[in-house]
Amino acid sequence: MSSYEARFKVWRGDAEGGGLEDFKVEVNDGEVVLDIIHRLQATQAPDLAVRWNCKAGKCGSCSAEINGRPRLMCMTRMSVFSREETVTVTPLRAFPVVRDLVTDVGFNYEKAREIPSFVPPAGLGPGEYRMQQEDVDRSQEFRKCIECFLCQDTCHVVRDHEENKAAFAGPRSLMRVAELDMHPLDAAEQTGIDRKRTAQDEHGLGYCNITKCCTEVCPEGIKITDNALIPLKERAVDRKYDPLVWLGSKIGRRSP
Amino acid sequence: MATGTEPQMNSGGVREGTRAAIAAPHLRTDRWWLAPAATAAGLLAFVVYSTWRAFANADYYAAPYVSPFYSPCLAENCVPMRAGPNWEIFGSWWGLSPALLILIFPLGFRLTCYYYRKAYYRGFWASPPACAVAEPHKKYTGETRFPLILQNIHRYFFYAALPVAGILTYDTVLAFRDENYEWGHMGLGTLVFLVNIVLIWAYTFSCHSCRHIVGGKLKHFSKHPVRYRLWQWVGRLNARHMLLAWTSLVSVALADFYVYLVASGAFDDPRLF
Amino acid sequence: MSEVERQQWDVVVVGAGGAGLRAAIEAREQGARTAVICKSLFGKAHTVMAEGGIAAAMGNVNERDNWQVHFRDTMRGGKFLNQWRMAELHSQEAPDRVWELETWGALFDRTKDGRISQRNFGGHEYPRLAHVGDRTGLELIRTLQQKIVSLQQEDKRDFGDYEARLKVFQECTVTRVLKTVPDSGSAAGDGRVSGVFCYDRESGRFFVLEAPSVVVATGGIGKSFKVTSNSWEYTGDGHALALLAGAPLLNMEFVQFHPTGMVWPPSVKGILVTESVRGDGGVLRNSEGKRFMFDYIPDVFKDKYAESEDEADRWYDDPDNNRRPPELLPRDEVARAINAEVKEGRGSPHGGVFLDVSTRMPAEVIKRRLPSMYHQFKELADVDITAEAMEVGPTCHYVMGGIAVDSDTAAARGVPGLYAAGEVAGGMHGSNRLGGNSLSDLLVFGRRAGLHAAQYAAGLTGRPIVDAEQVDAAAAEALRPFSAEGPTPGEPPENPYTLHQELQQTMNDLVGIIRREAEMEQALRKLAELRVRARRAGVEGHRQFNPGWHLALDLRNMLLVSECIARAALERTESRGGHTREDYPTMDREWRHINLLCRLADPTGGLAATDPVRGQISLQRETTEPIRPDLLALFDKEELVKYLAEEELYE
Repeated sequence: MSSYEARFKVWRGDAEGGGLEDFKVEVNDGEVVLDIIHRLQATQAPDLAVRWNCKAGKCGSCSAEINGRPRLMCMTRMSVFSREETVTVTPLRAFPVVRDLVTDVGFNYEKAREIPSFVPPAGLGPGEYRMQQEDVDRSQEFRKCIECFLCQDTCHVVRDHEENKAAFAGPRSLMRVAELDMHPLDAAEQTGIDRKRTAQDEHGLGYCNITKCCTEVCPEGIKITDNALIPLKERAVDRKYDPLVWLGSKIGRRSP
Repeated sequence: MATGTEPQMNSGGVREGTRAAIAAPHLRTDRWWLAPAATAAGLLAFVVYSTWRAFANADYYAAPYVSPFYSPCLAENCVPMRAGPNWEIFGSWWGLSPALLILIFPLGFRLTCYYYRKAYYRGFWASPPACAVAEPHKKYTGETRFPLILQNIHRYFFYAALPVAGILTYDTVLAFRDENYEWGHMGLGTLVFLVNIVLIWAYTFSCHSCRHIVGGKLKHFSKHPVRYRLWQWVGRLNARHMLLAWTSLVSVALADFYVYLVASGAFDDPRLF
Repeated sequence: MSEVERQQWDVVVVGAGGAGLRAAIEAREQGARTAVICKSLFGKAHTVMAEGGIAAAMGNVNERDNWQVHFRDTMRGGKFLNQWRMAELHSQEAPDRVWELETWGALFDRTKDGRISQRNFGGHEYPRLAHVGDRTGLELIRTLQQKIVSLQQEDKRDFGDYEARLKVFQECTVTRVLKTVPDSGSAAGDGRVSGVFCYDRESGRFFVLEAPSVVVATGGIGKSFKVTSNSWEYTGDGHALALLAGAPLLNMEFVQFHPTGMVWPPSVKGILVTESVRGDGGVLRNSEGKRFMFDYIPDVFKDKYAESEDEADRWYDDPDNNRRPPELLPRDEVARAINAEVKEGRGSPHGGVFLDVSTRMPAEVIKRRLPSMYHQFKELADVDITAEAMEVGPTCHYVMGGIAVDSDTAAARGVPGLYAAGEVAGGMHGSNRLGGNSLSDLLVFGRRAGLHAAQYAAGLTGRPIVDAEQVDAAAAEALRPFSAEGPTPGEPPENPYTLHQELQQTMNDLVGIIRREAEMEQALRKLAELRVRARRAGVEGHRQFNPGWHLALDLRNMLLVSECIARAALERTESRGGHTREDYPTMDREWRHINLLCRLADPTGGLAATDPVRGQISLQRETTEPIRPDLLALFDKEELVKYLAEEELYE
């Protein structure tokens, strides 16, 4: 066991303003950034505001930016930094700040509400659902999402352009659309909801320029861009830009 | 009650008023600029090289090898290639390099490719330069309007890339002749062509649109076992799409350069058998 | 002082984990306007940490499974102390609750014929746990969260407002359940629930939700212990709210120590290693490389578990003709065995034992079946579980005790309008819970609590009136940490973080997995001291998102609950399930039909009880209702003899 004193800069403040505060704090073997923040709370800054829950990378609460990169504090081991390095911790910079490391992530909840929910298939009662594993694999990958909102935070569409928040739902929400569209028993289409079309028309899929930062920051390793966003773009193309499909739908009303 | 605040409509990017007051556009301490810089340099090098070669209109055929930039050769002014893919669809009125007629297809395929889009949006357009690094633009509309909305036609370029790759395959078969069009021979150039065509096909099949078309669009894989297998196979290639994009880009340029060297007489194609 | 915002709702659900959300969905579908209050963000509840699965006798993998078998397993696991009617309802209704999740969009792992796959787990006779890899809890919480969103979307369509009939107050905390008082003019009568007093963590603002029904679904108490798998939210809030409102807690001495928590590095000590590791073939070894669990099969389970490694290994492929490996004994047995091995010097370098899958299956299979365990060890401990063994040891995981409730309605005893479901409710699991039974418990009794809370609210003729004095008192109580002073004027107030650490150390060392009379008496004295000091806990800064303040307020709850555990544990002079006494090492059949009830000693609200002997809690013994004969008939006589007292057998 070895311990050393690390230098930290932690952003403190609220909507009125604030700045980076310097701390010197003990670090022990095997610790993660969240441990250090907790040590600061217990010893130097009892009112340092931070969100956290499980401390095991399963709940997605302790999202922050560490040395400028969106990460979960509980999954960032101190051993990835050198002992000389100053570790800078700030709140997520795409969302309004509440206090210290806590931001208002309401944007993500609002967007979630705008996506039509799973539509159960008519004529199938509870216990009668039959699905093959290969048919649920894709949606299951997306359901690993712990809603840490790091992808929403890093996405430049809203991070760098506040005005796009109205039109763009963000990677997490678009992945939810993909998840439902790939759900083998989702009956949205039968009730007149076209998830492929609305992905572009209502949730702003066109804003995504597939620069893959969402995939880069995902702590669950979900291939958001390759498996959700690009397939969703292709599905939108099926609906909107594919003359063969368009012609087919005009003539035979067939669904692919 | 953290859902309370409405997004404010004054634009200040990452330094927008309601956000944590941090003046720096980013706080990354790693060499985040390295990847976009390398990407931009690589792409730029290819653009310069391919522009020169496409407009050169010379040194693109050295029997039995035809540069992939000039295949198929579709104008009357093409160098004659025996049994090669040169069809005189464009008459004598076409005075420019015949490469320009055909390069539009692979160029369009790569320009609208999901990987290359990422590469040049980041590398050239800095949108964003790197993750969590503020981009320099005031406004951003992404691929929602003209011209970038045209990126949606990627799959048609994929369709077009198939016959082009087919013709390059034919070229590779022809490369098993010697300079006198005798079959059953192989030179170093044949090897270069072989490597190139394998990479071209791998890149083409690893395309996201391809993945969608062969199976990704299905709702129930279990009802289409063959397409499911295909989709899985393409998916494995697709995971290496970036790698294939770069290696095939380099290999196609190398194949062309090899033909240039042989055609210009700077180098003799070593005969393997 | 009483200028706090008030809102009117029909049902208020405290807690947004599995039980709380299921209750809210049910109440809303019954037509009640429902508010959910949770300390964290919506969808972050501790339920997400549940890994293994949901136990429900659907019989998808082994068709011999049915509710009677599930009931039997549950009673055996709980050593027959379970509130049997709850165990019965639970095993009967669990399959419906799971199937219903599918209609809300849940995607469980599948069997070959397209049904929900079920996996083996400790104490369950057949493969029974519906699961999604090792993130079943996340799937459960997300499905319920998304069902709530879909109900809100309906309301948006019908009323133009997402929150017209169902609203989630996230990052808010309830500090008091309010009750009607005599002469308040309440049409509903006195002593009933009238609402809750809350603060918004973000702004620090107080508010009151007036409601005739309150469902408490706040989960457990693990944060009173040092080594725990529980998150910061688990401070026993619901237990304390019920106690303070006058409802009794049941059998609080039964605390489950999960046998396999991480032991290294120190910062993650206690984090759970799912039981699926053992269910899928992982084995426990000591430092000598021996599979020691074969030495720890208790008599009551002798004929159900394998005696040799060969037989145990055959069981995975041929469960019908072999007995199961002893690694899959109920959790209390495994935790005690690990504890004993470590104590006798056969532990691993960091004070645990080895849990090995690396020699049992190929790396690919491990990564596919235990993906989050693979990542957890890789990222937190730098251990590759496909190549080396994990080090694990017991961690405080779950409290079987809880609010005493009516089995059918989930109504708390003695306080009309108060309901409880999930971990915070007692009785269902007896003295020890089986893995997988908690998620199904959340759904079955969450639904029942929501249903009956809504029916109760609808059946009242008038709305209960909130007593302004109680609101003022609650506000004063909540603000006290800002004006706290040291023992003498001028001295600094107590640091809530220090108090919390001392409390955790006390409970861990003195009321932990193995208990002794003298140590528990010592614990009670220490708790009395901490109570005094906690009244002087002070905080810096202001009310906006101030974690120090929040902790200072949570201390009251943790101290109340800890005292319940220590007192009940001292009283019960036997070892059973999650309660092990070194001085009374065996199970005593005479204790089988005894429940211990904890009540507030001074229900008038005086919390200054500083006398360690008297304390804040008074204990009461109660004889349980005899098990219904048709349920008893599900067991062999020879088995019952081991558990039931003579007179119970011949009734």
